[in-house]
This record gives sequence, structure tokens and C-alpha cells, in this order.
Amino acid sequence: MKRVRWIAIGLLGLVFLGALGASFIAPASYEKQFREDPDHPPSRQYPLGTDDLGRDRLSRLLYGMRISLLLAPAAALIATLLAAIIGGAGAYAGGMWDQFTRAFIDLFLSLPWLFLLLTVRAVLPLNIPAVASVAITFVLLGTLGWAASARVVSAAVREMRNSEFVLQARAAGCGRWRLLFAHVLPNVRPILLAQFWISVPLFILTEANLGMLGLGVTEPLPSWGNLLRELENYSAFASSPWLWAPLVSLFVVVSLFQFALGEGEYA
Amino acid sequence: MIRLAHAIYGLLVFLLALPLWSQSGGELHFTIKSDPKTTNPLLVEDDSSEIVRYLTGGVLIRVNRKTQENQPELATSWKVTENGRRITFKLRQGIQFSDGSPFTSDDVVATITALMDPKLHSSTGDAFRAGSGKVLAQTQGKYAATVLFPQPIAGLERLFDQVAISPARMAGKADASTVLGPFMVTEQKAGEYVLLRRNPHYWKKDSAGHALPYLDAVRLYIMQNRDTELLRFRRGDIDVINNLSPDLYEQLHAQDASAARDLGPSAESEELWFNQVARSPLPEYKKAWFRSENFRRAISMSINRADLARVAFRGHATPSVGLLSPANKFWFDQSLKPQGYDPKGALELLQQDGFHKDGEVLKDKAGNAVVFSLITNSGNKPRERMGSLMQQDLAQIGIKLNFVPLDFPSIIERITRTFDYEACMLGLTNVDLDPDGQMNVWLSSSDLHQWNPAQKTPETPWEKNIDKLMHAQASTLDRNKRRAEFDKVQEIVAAENPMLYLVDKNALVAVSSRVKGADPVVLTPQTFWNVEYLSLNRN
Amino acid sequence: MTLRAIGRQLITIVLVALFGGLLGALLVRLAPGFGTHDEDLSTQLSAASRQAVHAQDEAERHVFTYYLHYLGGLVHGDFGYSRSLDRPISELLRDRAPETLRSIGTGVCGGWLLGLALALPATWKRSPAYSTLATLITGVFLCIPSAVLALLFLVVGSPGRIAIALIVFPKVFRFSRNLLLKTYAMPHILTAKARGLGGLRILCWHVFPNLAGPMLALAGVTVSMALGAAIPVEVVCDYPGIGQLAWKAALARDVPLLVNLTLIIAVITVVANSFADLLAPAATRDLI
Repeated sequence: MKRVRWIAIGLLGLVFLGALGASFIAPASYEKQFREDPDHPPSRQYPLGTDDLGRDRLSRLLYGMRISLLLAPAAALIATLLAAIIGGAGAYAGGMWDQFTRAFIDLFLSLPWLFLLLTVRAVLPLNIPAVASVAITFVLLGTLGWAASARVVSAAVREMRNSEFVLQARAAGCGRWRLLFAHVLPNVRPILLAQFWISVPLFILTEANLGMLGLGVTEPLPSWGNLLRELENYSAFASSPWLWAPLVSLFVVVSLFQFALGEGEYA
Repeated sequence: MIRLAHAIYGLLVFLLALPLWSQSGGELHFTIKSDPKTTNPLLVEDDSSEIVRYLTGGVLIRVNRKTQENQPELATSWKVTENGRRITFKLRQGIQFSDGSPFTSDDVVATITALMDPKLHSSTGDAFRAGSGKVLAQTQGKYAATVLFPQPIAGLERLFDQVAISPARMAGKADASTVLGPFMVTEQKAGEYVLLRRNPHYWKKDSAGHALPYLDAVRLYIMQNRDTELLRFRRGDIDVINNLSPDLYEQLHAQDASAARDLGPSAESEELWFNQVARSPLPEYKKAWFRSENFRRAISMSINRADLARVAFRGHATPSVGLLSPANKFWFDQSLKPQGYDPKGALELLQQDGFHKDGEVLKDKAGNAVVFSLITNSGNKPRERMGSLMQQDLAQIGIKLNFVPLDFPSIIERITRTFDYEACMLGLTNVDLDPDGQMNVWLSSSDLHQWNPAQKTPETPWEKNIDKLMHAQASTLDRNKRRAEFDKVQEIVAAENPMLYLVDKNALVAVSSRVKGADPVVLTPQTFWNVEYLSLNRN
Repeated sequence: MTLRAIGRQLITIVLVALFGGLLGALLVRLAPGFGTHDEDLSTQLSAASRQAVHAQDEAERHVFTYYLHYLGGLVHGDFGYSRSLDRPISELLRDRAPETLRSIGTGVCGGWLLGLALALPATWKRSPAYSTLATLITGVFLCIPSAVLALLFLVVGSPGRIAIALIVFPKVFRFSRNLLLKTYAMPHILTAKARGLGGLRILCWHVFPNLAGPMLALAGVTVSMALGAAIPVEVVCDYPGIGQLAWKAALARDVPLLVNLTLIIAVITVVANSFADLLAPAATRDLI
């Protein structure tokens, strides 16, 4: 299975390279409107057709992948780290602290964060550069999206707290917090990795939904999630199969993530 | 000989009525977007309640949605006197409410008295309120009533189109179950449907003397998702759709060309305006741009409206000419010409104000790059497309447009309270064809004078002029004189561009081939304005 | 499990719910658009009538007093009144609960059936190809936006709420597959196998009893997952349920309605998770 993993990592690297080099590969600018050819089917000039404003879909997909692929994993990283720190520390401290952390996580999970996002949008200036807006959005997603993972991490750490190797390490004079970061958390790595890659597509999709609040990617910048949302127009399902390209590519990338992180290995 | 003619005539009527007979009955299905908030016809605010009121309410005067003229309904005739302060109705005799109780002038007086109570805060009632003072409604015998207003009201008759008469005993607390209209509400399942059944006592008859309406019932499904609405139309669960989006229209047209109908320009337009509020938190130099008529005109000239209509609306819109759409037959100013697309001319105009190109970037006199944001409500596909198109149009003269869709409450807060926005794009529906209904928009003292609301005194000469013309048109009863005044308003607005009118949307509807008698029009309710004459083909 | 532990759990539930409601109200109050109404743009209404519409906002403006007042009503079973839908909230919740229960029921049952159906073969026959395939299938449903998934079902003429099942299923699958693998590797089951017992018998007599606790815990987690997924699905499919209600309330900044919904969601989340904590034996928690 090791080989599969390396192949996946290699392919993922290629995808990242491709996304980074979008400006070299893309046949046209992502914002150029060929107004005479809106909704054009795939052709030699437009390999994936054009969107409703006549913009080249392939170019938009490549640029959209670039933004989402760079930022979604970053947000997932923030979320996973927060989950590890908050969930891990709470469970590790035990007793009242554990109870408190769990209650806090539950509380966090049930609040209507939508309104915080709206408030953030209201505080930001309207003329904010597109890149700043999308970066802020992903940071927000990361800082709000840790709670579900934290529960899982805290459950795992709680179990490990009383395991033999931790007791032994403590007996050997290992410091409490050093033990947590050097021994306990690395042991829950598989969980953290799984939470990480599950978060990546989740954040990519959520970013698109935040477009409705004026957050996230703003016109004319494309994002992967926004391209996916075009599938919500159901007539596209059957008549224009090339519209599925963003979904297929996301699926490929997510699967590569799974294999690269060793998720496919368990059996 | 005469007897023979009568016999033949009778036979003809019988033969003509026969197909009608076989068509009558059935349950017409269509959708409304949300539960009607109220069934009390006096308190209607939202679209869904408005539709229920249209289908159930008996009104004294109806604005015919096709001819756009006032036509007698419960009132057989009326007379406006005392310079527009008094209206006197002669009522139709011998007709009954849906529960069989008789209709008399008491019902009219009770309904109008309840409606005019200022504490009711009803928009239907507020439309009659030109100033303070008490409205007096009185009977004049069993079948005549008169209403006296404290001030004259221009185009008074049309306002009665919204006043559904309820029984006197229910005045103020009426619902849509005891009505004078063609249907009555018999069942309501929250979030699912409203069922209206035929009013057995409805007074109207067709030309053959057959009782109307033909339909047994109308079922209004509550559905918000327009995609699934079309899906259900295609399956035959729904018979008509009003207000199709251009995308869904195209989709339906490809599958079933006969069901999709583009009726041409409607009274709905899309427009954008710049924030000219003096106390807004914008930097002074931006306020100066937005207050400059050259700047506003230049922006208007650099927007390619033909492309907006063709690309954003897939050809189902027409570049706007001014504040009214040509769908408004009587009041539209025929002399206005659409603003052409002329980026070069726009640049020249901007140079007059000291703007200049610095490389690819347009800068003002002080060297500030011209960048501004445009907010609009999210979730409206054509509007979002227009934003992107205008972004590219303006980039050509070196202006950077930041397009920011926001959710609706945030928009309302920005445009009515904090004034923290630069430009805003929205669509306005002119439900009321008469310019008097737009008083609140054009008077500079009004809260709804969007670009610069609630001015103590008009801040510009042209706004002062508009104020004067709006008051002038309201103070005369002569329609042609009023039109001349309002034409001037339309011309000032076209010259000063406080609002940049972009496109007039076409009325796009779907009508199933099962529906007989459909004659869709551009005004709401497009497909079922003549609901009493609609019927369903059973097979 | 002592009575004290249960007592402590109950106190947690109450505290989280109370705090949740208050913070929910605060978030809405501070968000832009609080106290705006569609009527603000109505050209027909007079200025006085537009003002009158805002009279009701005053009560909600001071969040703390409003919340205390609300809690006072709640003690007497009064959930408050929704201004945007113009109906008592208890009525709204009562009318809409069955629809959402149906959606959650479909989601949880469907997700479990699918998840188990795919997970069981994976434990019986350990082929890399099968596990790769299973990994890929779970990947697909992580990538499709739930609204698109629901629309797909509507297009083919089946109820959109099946989408909830497909959103829940990857979690059930991953969890139960790993759990089953672990259980099948336990000594007493290996012994049973060695004694030549049939596969079905081992499953029913030895594996499932061992799994009851963690499976129940997972059930709790999937319920709160399905509840979350119900919001977009109900909105897309026009199901008149609680999820659609939450969306409408958010758009209308309906504070009373949103406070109630936050409270309900908080209670469901805490209860489902406490359930998981109490029932799942420590050794299996990390697999959730």
C-alpha cells in the first residue's frame, strides 16, 4: 500500500503545481468575457466551454483550484490544530476541565455562527481587495470549524491519558505538557489526519455558500466552490456534462488526499 | 321570423356554451413563495397575501390588467367630485357574499371606515392618505355610498382596486372565507398549500350566461425553489408560473416551446443609484463624484445596456429608457430616448470634471483612483451577472468596480440607516401604474428618496423642480395635464441620472396547454388576472 | 455510572442550553440588519406606518432583559411569538416538527443501512480493491454539495431527503467498518471462529452485543449530523420543516424564533454527545 501512497502524493504535487501555474496553462484570462459566446459548449477554443458571461470555464477552473487549493488546506490546518489544542488539552487535564471543555465544544457547535460572519462582513470595508476577502473567509472557516474534530480528539486523548505508556512516561519524569505535545497528540495523528482531509472539501464548499453574504471570493475571481454551485441549476445535469468537471476534479483531489494521508490503508 | 331568429340564436348560444360546459371545473395549481401572512384583505403587505386577495376579493373598481383602465365591478358606476375629494359609487344590486348574505352599501362603508383607521397601519389605507384628517364614508340608500377625503387624491379610482369589500359585521377583522370575489379560502396547511374553492354566489356570468368562475378550485402550493417549481410544471403538478427567470424560461422553451411565453417588457426594471447622502460615512472626494451629474451620466454612458439585456437576461429584457417602462401604457414618456453605450463620450464628460487617465487607471482631480463598490442582494442570478458585466464595462474607462452581493437585511440597513454604501443596484416593481403611487420616491423630503432621503429642503435645483412637478400633478384631476407634468419629471430624471435605469425585464410566464382561456399580460398577476374565465382541459 | 454523573450531565445540558440561547440572541442582535423589515422599502406605506412596524423591535434591542423575559415565559410554556411569520412559535414548531422528524428519520436510517451494508462485507472479505472502492465512494459524497445532491433526487422524482442519508452514510461507514474490524480481531471471536461457528451466528451472538454501546453513541452523533444537513435540504426541496424555518428566521432576523431554535439545537447536540460519552466504552471513542 505504500506505493499507492507515494503515487497519490506525487499526483497531488502535480495538481498543486498545475494550480500554481494556472496563469501558464490557462487558455484565457479567468475574467475575460467573450460576450458573443455565452454558455458555449466545449470546443477547440474553449476546452470546457464558457460560462453564462462567456468566460472560459477551463481557465476559471484552474484559477479557482489555485485559490481554493491553497487556502482550504490552510483553513483545515487551523481547524485541526485548534481541535488538537482545545480538545486535547481539555481531555488531558481531566476532571472539571474535561467536563468544561466538552460543554464548551457542544455550545460552540450549536451557535448560529452565520450572524458572526454577517457582522464580519459589515465591519470589513466594501472596497476590500478580493484576495484579502477570501483569505479572511478561510481563516474564519478555520477558526469556526474546529469544534466537531475537537470532540473526537478529546475522546481519544481521554482514553490515552490513563494508558500504560503515558503512566510510564510520567513515572520516568516526563513533564505534563511535554507529554501531551510530544507523546499523546502524535498518537492521535491518524484521527487528526482524517479530520484534516474531511475538512478540505467541506471548507471549499462552505466558502461558496458564504458568497451569499458578500464574503469569500468576489467577482470576477473564481473559486472552486462557486464553480460547483453552478450545478445547482438542475438543467445542467444532463444537457451539459462538462459542467461536472469541477466536481470530478474536486473528487479526484479529495481522493488523492485520502490516499496520500494513508486513509485507504486500514484494511 | 323573429321567433326563428331567436331559436337559432338560442341554439348557437347553447352550442357555444357546450364546449365551455365541458371545460368547466377542475383545480388550477400554481405556487406562491411563502405562506400568506394574513388573509385579512385590509392588512395585505406581502406578495402571497396579495395574490390571495386578488383571487378572493370583490372590489368596487378593478384596474383591468390588460387594458390598464378602470372597470366597474361591484360598483356599476362612480363619480369623482369636489375637485377629487369625494367619490360616489352606485353599487351592483342583488348580489351576495359567498355565504349567501346580501351585499349592500353598509358593507362598503364599514370596510372603508375600518380601512381608513390610521391605527390599522395598512398600506392599502395609507395609499389614500395624502395628508392628515378624517375620511368620511357614508351610505346613500341601500345601493349607493360616498367617501369624502380631507385632501384631493390624484387618480383616486384606481386605489379601490386593492380594497376588497367584506361583510359589515366582520369589518376590520375580515378574512378570505366570506368574500365577493370568484374564490374563497377554505383550507390552509402552513408551509404546504392554500386551497381556494369556487364562490357559489359569485355574481359574474360569462357572455352565455353561465355562472363564473369555471374552475372548481385553485390550489396555491407554497414553494420557494424556482427550479423545483419548473420541474413540477413539467410533470403537470402545476399549471401556470408567473415571473420565470430568464434561465428557467430558456430551459422550458427548449423542452416545450408552446408553454413558455415572453410577453415583452414588464413594469419591473433594474436600476442603480449612487449614495448622495451628505452625512454618509464616505470620504469627501467620493461624495463629490457621486454628486456630480457629469460623473453619473458618464457611468450611465459607459454601461453597455444592450449587453446587459442580451447576456444577463439572455435577451429577455430591454434597455431602459427612463423611470417608467413602456409597459405603462398611459404614463410612459414617448419622447425619451435610451442612453446609448458611449465610453469615449463618457471619458470626455469626465475630463470636464478634471478626471484623467493615468495609464490604465482613471483618477480624479486630486489624484484619487476611481474605485467604488456596488452592493446588491445576493441570490438573484441576472442581477449578479449584470454586476460582472458592468465591472468589465467600467474597467474599460479605467474604473474599478467592486461588486458585493449582500443579504437583504444588510442591504436595507445600509441604504436606509447607516448609508454606508457607495452604489446600490436593486429592482423596483411599479405595482401602481399611476405616478401618484411614486410620490414617496420622488419627493426630496421622503424617506424613500433613495439616493438622498429625508432632505429638509431640496439640496439641488432639479430636486426642487421635481418636488414642484410632483405636487402639481397631484393637484389636478385632468389626466392629460398630469401626464404633461410627469413627463417633465421623467425628463429631469433622464438628464440628472439620480437613478441609472438599466433594463426593463420582460414578463416571462409558463402556461400549460391544459389551461383554457389563458390570456397572460405583463402586469401582475400575469397568467391568472382573468382567473374567473380560466378552465382546465380534463384530458 | 453514578447518579452524580448523571446529575452533572443534566446540569451541563441546562447550562449549555441557557448560554446557547443567550449567545444566539447576542449574535443576531449584533449582526447587520437587526430590526430591518421589508416594509422599510414599501413605497405605499406612510412614514407613520413604517415607524409602527419598528415598535416591536424595541423589546429585542436590549438582549439581556429580552432573554430574561423570554426565560420567564418559557417556564410557563410560552415560547414567544414570531414576528416575521406572525404566529406563535410553539405552533410553528409543532406544525413543522413532523416534517423534520421524517427527514432525520430517513437520513439516520438510510445512512445506517447504507453504511452497514458497505461495512460488513469489508470486514468479511479483506480485499484492497474493495477498501479502495469504499474509500472512493465515501469521497464522492463528501464532495457533492448537499443542495446539489437533494436536487439530483428531485430530478429523478424521488424525495430529496434521501440526500440526508447520503450525507450521514460516510460517517457510519467509516466508523462501523473500523469498529467491526477491531471486534472481529478480539480473542473470544477468534475462538468462536476457530470453533467453526457460522458467520451469521458470530455476527448476531458475539459481534453485535459487543458493539451495542458504541453504536448507540454513534446514533446520537448521526442525529445531530442529520439535523444540520436538514437545513439546506429542506430549503432546496421546500419541505416545511424546522430546517426551513431556521433559514427563514435567519433571513428575517427573527430574534424570538432564532433563540428558540438555538436552544433546541443546543439541547439536541449536548444530549446526543452526552449520550455518546456515557455509552461508548473508552476503547472505541477514537474511531468516531
